[in-house]
Amino acid sequence: MALKIVKGSIDRMFDKNLQDLVRGIRNHKEDEAKYISTCIDEIKQELKQDNIAVKANAVCKLTYLQMLGYDISWAAFNIVEVMSSSKFTYKRIGYLAASQCFHEGTDVIMLTTNQIRKDLSSPNQYDTGVALTGLSCFVTPDLARDLANDIMTLMSHTKPYIRKKAVLIMYKVFLKYPESLRPAFPRLKEKLEDPDPGVQSAAVNVICELARRNPKNYLSLAPLFFKLMTSSTNNWVLIKIIKLFGALTPLEPRLGKKLIEPLTNLIHSRLVITLHRASVEKNVCLIGLVLPIVCVCVCVSNAVLISLSSGMPNHSASIQLCVQKLRILIEDSDQNLKYLGLLAMSKILKTHPKSVQSHKDLILQCLDDKDESIRLRALDLLYGMVSKKNLMEIVKKLMLHVDKAEGTTYRDELLTKIIDICSQSNYQYITNFEWYISILVELTRLEGTRHGHLIASQMLDVAIRVKAIRGFAVAQMAMLLDSGHLLTGNMQRNGICEVLYAAAWICGEFSEHLDDPMQTLEAMLRPKVASLPGHIQAVYVQNAAKLFATVLQKHEGATDSQAAQDTSQLLIERLPLFVQSANLEVQERASCILQLVKYIQKLQQKDVEVAEEVSALFAGELNPVAPKAQKKVPVPEGLDLDAWINEPPSESESEDEKPKAVFAKEEPKQSRARHIEVDEKELARRREARKQEQANNPFYIKSSPSSQKVYQDAPGVEHIPVVQIDLSVPLKVPGMPMSEQYLKLEEERRQKERADKKKKDKKKKKREKRGKGKRDDSGPESEEDITPAHQVDIVTEEMPENALPSDDDDKDPNDPHKALDIDLDKYVPSAENTLHKVTVCMLHAEKQGDLSITRHFLV
Amino acid sequence: MRFMLLFSRQGKLRLQKWYTATAERDKKKMVRELMQVVLARKPKMCSFLEWRDLKIVYKRYASLYFCCAVEEQDNELITLEVIHRFVELLDKYFGSVCELDIIFNFEKAYFILDEFLMGGEIQDTSKKSVLKAIEQADLLQEVRVCDSLNWCPCAVHFSMPTTNKCERVSSVICVCLSSACLSQEDESPRSVLEEMGLA
Repeated sequence: MALKIVKGSIDRMFDKNLQDLVRGIRNHKEDEAKYISTCIDEIKQELKQDNIAVKANAVCKLTYLQMLGYDISWAAFNIVEVMSSSKFTYKRIGYLAASQCFHEGTDVIMLTTNQIRKDLSSPNQYDTGVALTGLSCFVTPDLARDLANDIMTLMSHTKPYIRKKAVLIMYKVFLKYPESLRPAFPRLKEKLEDPDPGVQSAAVNVICELARRNPKNYLSLAPLFFKLMTSSTNNWVLIKIIKLFGALTPLEPRLGKKLIEPLTNLIHSRLVITLHRASVEKNVCLIGLVLPIVCVCVCVSNAVLISLSSGMPNHSASIQLCVQKLRILIEDSDQNLKYLGLLAMSKILKTHPKSVQSHKDLILQCLDDKDESIRLRALDLLYGMVSKKNLMEIVKKLMLHVDKAEGTTYRDELLTKIIDICSQSNYQYITNFEWYISILVELTRLEGTRHGHLIASQMLDVAIRVKAIRGFAVAQMAMLLDSGHLLTGNMQRNGICEVLYAAAWICGEFSEHLDDPMQTLEAMLRPKVASLPGHIQAVYVQNAAKLFATVLQKHEGATDSQAAQDTSQLLIERLPLFVQSANLEVQERASCILQLVKYIQKLQQKDVEVAEEVSALFAGELNPVAPKAQKKVPVPEGLDLDAWINEPPSESESEDEKPKAVFAKEEPKQSRARHIEVDEKELARRREARKQEQANNPFYIKSSPSSQKVYQDAPGVEHIPVVQIDLSVPLKVPGMPMSEQYLKLEEERRQKERADKKKKDKKKKKREKRGKGKRDDSGPESEEDITPAHQVDIVTEEMPENALPSDDDDKDPNDPHKALDIDLDKYVPSAENTLHKVTVCMLHAEKQGDLSITRHFLV
Repeated sequence: MRFMLLFSRQGKLRLQKWYTATAERDKKKMVRELMQVVLARKPKMCSFLEWRDLKIVYKRYASLYFCCAVEEQDNELITLEVIHRFVELLDKYFGSVCELDIIFNFEKAYFILDEFLMGGEIQDTSKKSVLKAIEQADLLQEVRVCDSLNWCPCAVHFSMPTTNKCERVSSVICVCLSSACLSQEDESPRSVLEEMGLA
């Protein structure tokens, strides 16, 4: 027996400890996986032994392997065993392993509740410490509920070491178990004035995190925090407090007024000093810099509020100060400072766009930076800097960047930014929509972008809402459809081919503006179209029908019945390709339209005027509908959406019915077989009849092997010019106006306008003589001076009556912080403020871009 | 803070700490992606980048990258300062820390991190108090180790019952191991801070 123990001990002497494992892994670089699998086998053996020291060693090794990416969840129970050891050494290892690999799905977690409770009340503060640290990583709602009270008592423990950990972990507990916030809050508030600075900063941390999400519940703490801010010397705490004030000031303007003085002082003193130091020794003064940056942002938001509430005159000076200091940051050679300067600038931009706009040069310069992070920040800033005057120029610059950009992610980012900039606040800054359309068309040159859909929706939006531009837009879209360079690219969903969706729809819907609808119709029915994604093909088919209507009308207007019949023939030839499509939508639409056209053809042969009736199918204007409109439709009074329309059958009934099914006793096989037989006979008969009919039909073209040939033979198609496109020069889409042209034109126009205005002004002045003092007309033209090139009226999106455009249902219902929105000053728990009533609408919301689907027509 | 990663220039993970429970598969994927992004950046670039919906703050010390993921509203510079403070703590604890220290004493590195940050929030801003807590916990551990040396094979074999000798034996073993461990290393252990010129 003794020998056995000794032997076991000696064996263990040669057990691998962690160091051996690490070294072993480093020595087996070639067959690491194999080595580790033998190690895991050894560990499994070790875990089977009773000696806790061996187990702890094994768990320690497992923790290392877990970091390397190996699954150790199978050892969860052993980890719990090691956690429950009475020795600190092992307990520490156990909790470390648990904190690394336990998560909410780990089932052994519920075994730990009592162990953790025991450790929390351990006389040894370090036992409690490791338990709290471990718990902070794997706390689950159950654990939070069971242990909340224990942790709350620890918040007033005699040792500050425990107190600060208990305070910090409360935040995690609140997130998992929001009900604990109310009882714990008074004690948490107490800790803000704890004598120990560590506990104090922990309490500040927790309250700041809570308040950032739901600031209004913490307004009552503002005086306390103000006291802390003026008295604290700890920079880390100061930063948190200032951040908290940033969240509170929008709710309480008086607070901003009170804060502005100390904060401006801070900017004056700290930023100057730290900047000086920054240039001398780069890494030392980070903490000093954090503060002013935060100050700047908060200060600005304060200043805005003050200017709104009391009209204090000197706030613009403080903003100017901020912006100037930020400029120094951005100009610094240190990339981190540059980044932060730009970031802070974008915060000022939200409230004071004017003061940032004067630094346009600097920001455009940052666009050329090598670092992508910095370029992205600069792009964010551009968004707020455009005006009617400089939009074209800025976009031109961005377009250059698009051409130069190497990575697709950055290029995509540029693309979205260009569209964002142009479309912001309802196309406010666009004076020339022809220019915008041509920019969009130029953007279609980008290969491999993921934002085809974005461009497409912009095209649709502009074409629908800006009526004056439709003629131009249609011409451009027809060009896109015709050129086919988009067809050659990759056909993945949301790729650039999405643009064709918009192009086809615009050409179809506004076909009256087309110069040569026949050519576009032909382009839309090319065999190559069949390689596009299904939803685009569907739009093609539908809009081919619209174009068909237009063409018919044109021909009948010119009493050219032969041309009209040729058009029908073209459709009849081409549509079968779509009827065979794998996509149901395409198939359905194509066969529907095919039948319609065949019917029309019959009528045409009898010399019946059909154009009027065919176009009636597509009559009427489609109005843009706001994306949220459907949600806003009020539920009519007296309509209860939850009520059953038909009483649901009771469960027992349905259960009884099933076995008693009337037809169950008949042999299903036979009946089905007979059914098929009938079908086949019927089919054969029909086939015969069809053949007869086809033989008698002079317009039926006998099946030929290649569709291409049919196309050559088909009458009336030869006169269509097929444009040859040179694809070796992909950067310039042939025949498309370049946006730069518009830039020049626009400038000329503006100059002319300005000249005209000056003339007028002079005349006016002469008339007025000395009516008023000097008028400054030598300065740069103001925003109002630029008139749009076309009389543009932008149609607003339709909304149901009485619906408000702003709404509060944008919040993410899964946000864990929402549950923590508890009014802490009230003592009665209120449940209704967290629950929103969800109204269900029976009708399906339609996407704005999907307008064509909304209108079905019946044959 | 969502998580903190330490990885080498070769893309080997040295430490990972997640402050929100994440599934193992997601963790792996995120780590791999993030390492690629960070390692691709040039040394002169800034320490911040946006990745998914997170802000990444990283800093390179010698061959080690310290990388933190924080949320949108968090302050970048304070995160950078957290990283720096953590490196300082490691440096103080190990005495001019190098990558090997972290590899071989990875559990100690975790303990230090746990004393400094908890649940992603800064626990104590004072270097002194963090180090004191760690030292005392270590002391506690050492004492217990000697208590537990009852099973020590040397103690049994050579029948040395007194704790005094036992301690000596164990320390001898430790010395042996540690010297062996050091002599075998092929990589020259250089101080992280030294290399950065911050020692």
